[in-house]
Amino acid sequence: MAAFKSPFVRGCLASAPFVIVVVPFALLFGVVATEAGLDLLQVMLFSLSVFAGASQFAAVQLMQDQAPVLVVLATSLAVNLRMVMYSVAMTPHLGAAPLGTRAVMAYFLVDQSFAASQMEFERHPDQPVADKVAFFFGTVAPIAPMWFAATFAGAVVGEAIPPDYALDFAVPITFLAICAPMLRSIPHVVAAAVSILAALVLSGMPYGTGLLVAAGLAMTAGALAEQALQKMRRA
Amino acid sequence: MIDAATFWIVVPALALGTYLIRFSFLGFLGNRALPGALQRALRYTAVAILPGLVAPAVIWPAATGGQTDPARLAAACVTLLVGIATRSVIGAILAGGVTLYAILWL
Repeated sequence: MAAFKSPFVRGCLASAPFVIVVVPFALLFGVVATEAGLDLLQVMLFSLSVFAGASQFAAVQLMQDQAPVLVVLATSLAVNLRMVMYSVAMTPHLGAAPLGTRAVMAYFLVDQSFAASQMEFERHPDQPVADKVAFFFGTVAPIAPMWFAATFAGAVVGEAIPPDYALDFAVPITFLAICAPMLRSIPHVVAAAVSILAALVLSGMPYGTGLLVAAGLAMTAGALAEQALQKMRRA
Repeated sequence: MIDAATFWIVVPALALGTYLIRFSFLGFLGNRALPGALQRALRYTAVAILPGLVAPAVIWPAATGGQTDPARLAAACVTLLVGIATRSVIGAILAGGVTLYAILWL
């Protein structure tokens, strides 16, 4: 990495491997959203304006289930709440940049740019703010264009696929695939298990509100499990 | 099918809300630490919602009129197991998809 002095180029290289994850994910979103009845313009506006894959899948699934608008919004926004942590973690490094620059960076603060930047800033915390900003934009450069291009390609493909190819199951499979690598600690497994059980038990609650209750319970369970584990380790 | 009116309310609101979440500390709250309890809870948001969102669709798929379907159940299990074993999102999606179509085709 030292061969490249430009922080922008180093950022590009650091996030390039994520392209392999982003492209199929965006393709699938394009296909699934089109199959759900959205047209090309709607699909593109969706990906451009929200720019957060998991919440976009969640919103499509819930809108298709005819959940009320408020429930769709609450659930999809809750999926994105993890980004509060990203915003907190980036502030010591990027907070001194001009407001306009920060406003643009906020739009591009996604899982991949965060992961790559966080690793770099922890390794080299003493570089000038301008270099950190350049690195951050470097991490965005391979990801964002591919996200939009692959969404577009997926939407075009989706319009050509007949509706009876069991694509109903693409969303559940995608979500399970995203969740599996998240189960990296006991509290994460506890949270996921509570989420599944509570969502099934509460699925009779009106307007999809059962999921929100299940999410609250699961989050609490995860946090409590983490605390309990810490206490056990200290004892 | 997604209702057009729902779409045009949900997407702008979701876009704005998501942007504000990202902008929050970087933009106007500045350099401060989150309370420990809040930080702990935020760590588990995604894993608290996504499994619960798909669980009913796995057990009672809409495509079969809510009847539990062995093909879809098997595909879900394979996806989860491959995902846990390989940590590869794409590998898990492919394995699950192949399982689903293989069983449906048999």
